[in-house]
Amino acid sequence: MLIKRPRYQTIAENQVTDESVYQNRRQVLKQLGFIGAGALLSPGQSLAFNLFGDDPPGFKTHALSYAKQENDNQTLTPLNKVTSHNNFYEFGTDKADPKANAQAFKVDPWQLQVDGLVENPFSLSLDELYKIAPLEERIYRLRCVEAWSMVIPWIGFPLRALLQKAKPLSSGKYVAFETLYDPKQMPGQASVFRGGGIDYPYVEGLRMDEAAHPLTLLAVGLYGKSLPAQNGAPIRLVVPWKYGFKSIKSLVRIRITDKQPPTTWNLLAPNEYGFYANVNPKVDHPRWSQARERRITTGGLFASNRIDTLPFNGYEEVASLYSGMDLGRSY
Amino acid sequence: MKLAKLLNGSTIFWIKVFIHGLCIGWASLVFNQAAYDQLGGDPVEALLHFTGISAFNLLLLCLCISPLAKLLRASPLMKFRRLLGLYAFAFASAHLLTYILFELQLEWYLLGSEIVKRPYITVGFLAWTILLLLALTSPKAAQRRLGRNWQKLHNWVYPAGGLVALHYIWSVKSDILQPTLYIGLLLILLFFRKDKFISATYWFNTKRS
Repeated sequence: MLIKRPRYQTIAENQVTDESVYQNRRQVLKQLGFIGAGALLSPGQSLAFNLFGDDPPGFKTHALSYAKQENDNQTLTPLNKVTSHNNFYEFGTDKADPKANAQAFKVDPWQLQVDGLVENPFSLSLDELYKIAPLEERIYRLRCVEAWSMVIPWIGFPLRALLQKAKPLSSGKYVAFETLYDPKQMPGQASVFRGGGIDYPYVEGLRMDEAAHPLTLLAVGLYGKSLPAQNGAPIRLVVPWKYGFKSIKSLVRIRITDKQPPTTWNLLAPNEYGFYANVNPKVDHPRWSQARERRITTGGLFASNRIDTLPFNGYEEVASLYSGMDLGRSY
Repeated sequence: MKLAKLLNGSTIFWIKVFIHGLCIGWASLVFNQAAYDQLGGDPVEALLHFTGISAFNLLLLCLCISPLAKLLRASPLMKFRRLLGLYAFAFASAHLLTYILFELQLEWYLLGSEIVKRPYITVGFLAWTILLLLALTSPKAAQRRLGRNWQKLHNWVYPAGGLVALHYIWSVKSDILQPTLYIGLLLILLFFRKDKFISATYWFNTKRS
């Protein structure tokens, strides 16, 4: 029998520095050093002190297998910014609230119902969401109506793949979307004050041709892993040529209708947010300009990041969907 | 009174030192975090919010002073009023500068058009202009030269407070809880000045008739 005797200088497994600690060593030193006290004040920074494992205790994501998109030279918004700067009023109206309040969010079991004017209504469980079509990476610009933007590597599949399974009837002209309504899990839905005065559940809608456009994505992940809770786990819409609020999160229902469905922000302030909400530098929000935007990437205050906003957020290929329409009136 | 006695020259000095330290220290800490990208996803938005809210907090604190001094019969409290007012102005200026330097990134043509075209920015800018006038006339010498007009001028702090509140509630998308609480606080503080407003309307009515 071979007995391996450790020599005194042999390092045991439990003495090895955890990878996350090793990867973060400079970060940790920096935090302990000159910004020390400041880091303690900021809740977002506490994660840098997470010395006990790879994931902070909280929402679990898992790796996905998908077809990578070729790098198109856009600077990505770093993962920590994508996951810590979110408008998801169900978890609070502050940008940092969703990350702070969504960690206990349960997506298992999940049910996404696809129905309405379709030949083949069906519902999908959590596992089935990842199997509707081959997953692919799509690096999209996300332009928020508040005039900031990000570049995010989503993982998902075209919405049209799901529509093809449901076989919409010819009377189906619109697609209506609905977010989970669960006030026990979503503090913003439980209190009218914390939820920004929105009448929940959050609803959105697209015209059928918009929904069927190859760019329109149902995302189940980002940065190689399944969606974090604060980004709309387990499945969300991503319509890259429209303002971010159209890209509804944590979907439980997709319904084909013959009438234009109500949409949440339009109900809340019809003079500020229209049904279409196409990114358009020529149509200002009544309270601020939409001509330019601040691109959030790396760098703090002094990183110059103001750029022109492009029509349809630079996705000119969708322009033909709106030919003949007055985009100033149908904002 | 007890509190009035407690507030002798040296306590006032040290409380002032503390206010300086808190305001300057806190602001530089947060600006430093923003500069090193340690202030959440969007340091510009975080900084705008921090400077704006701090200015409003200080303004409300400043408006607490004279009712408190009356209530507690502690006139030495009045010695902190100018300092708090000046820090309210300083944070309001930091707010405006953050907007110009880091939000608009020195696109001056946009600054002009935004101030004119966007009502919530217009009222914010008006409030800052009032605070600027008050800050400029805050030294003792200016107070002496303006005589009775000084008080009239500095009564403009109340309209400024109202404009700040309007600026705040107008700037949010739909989450009006916090702005509403601030408006409530402001109204309570303005209630202590109700006599001033009554005499002002009386003056206005008699002048017109």
